[in-house]
Amino acid sequence: MTAPDNRVQEPIDPDIDLTMRTRRRELNREQAPVVAVVAIGGALGSAARYGAGLIWPTPPGSFPWTTLGINALGCAIIGVFMVVITEGWAVHRLVRPFVGTGVLGGFTTFSTYAVDITHLIDAGRPRTALGYLALTLFVALGAVWTTAATTRRLIAGRRS
Amino acid sequence: MNWLLVIVGAMVGAPLRYLTDRAVQARHDALFPWGTFMINITGCLILGVLAGAVTYHAAPAGVQLLLGTGLCGALTTYSTFSYETLRLAETGARFFAAANVVASVVAGLGAAFAGTAIAEALWAP
Repeated sequence: MTAPDNRVQEPIDPDIDLTMRTRRRELNREQAPVVAVVAIGGALGSAARYGAGLIWPTPPGSFPWTTLGINALGCAIIGVFMVVITEGWAVHRLVRPFVGTGVLGGFTTFSTYAVDITHLIDAGRPRTALGYLALTLFVALGAVWTTAATTRRLIAGRRS
Repeated sequence: MNWLLVIVGAMVGAPLRYLTDRAVQARHDALFPWGTFMINITGCLILGVLAGAVTYHAAPAGVQLLLGTGLCGALTTYSTFSYETLRLAETGARFFAAANVVASVVAGLGAAFAGTAIAEALWAP
């Protein structure tokens, strides 16, 4: 036995496609500058990371101090930056995507962190691999927590 | 030339992370930062394949700079990962914060190993 179809038949709105298209165009117009500043910021951050690797190269199989330092520094800065722009003062709408998503996102890296750990394991240095894995987590999470808390305290101190 | 390869790769990688994160977060109205998680894991897989390709001399230095240092480096992020973890911990979602750290590291390493295995299957003599 087939049940009667009780679904409400919505009339097809002839405007919907058009409005969607206009809305999409509006969204694109808003998004284009954001995507552009993310690209520029990402290029700057990545170039800084590449430069740091040229200045302080770590040979394959050794402890990746440079990447650890880069990730720790990036995490320390994002802690300050996010608190300042969300709790400190209002900034232009492109500042957050440029600095947070672009520069810091391009500067720090998760893929190199993971692949370097696998290289250390493959090179027969599992203890160094584990040490690097844990130390990066500890330093990076510690950095973002410390700088965010300190910045918050400084902002609160200036206001009171 | 080397700098240019890194910059071009990054100019693709960073916006790709931004747009993917937006698309993923729009679909998951969840507390968990799925966007950054999935981007980081994908980047680990790609860099794993690339690292394997380098081992078997299937990727020239230029490709390494363009796709590895530039694209994967800019695609993946440690700063957003740690900031999102901090936000989860601060808002009382301690379980999600810990889950984000453990899952990101385990899945990231798994993806990096899987990538190397793919490269081995493709290019090992």
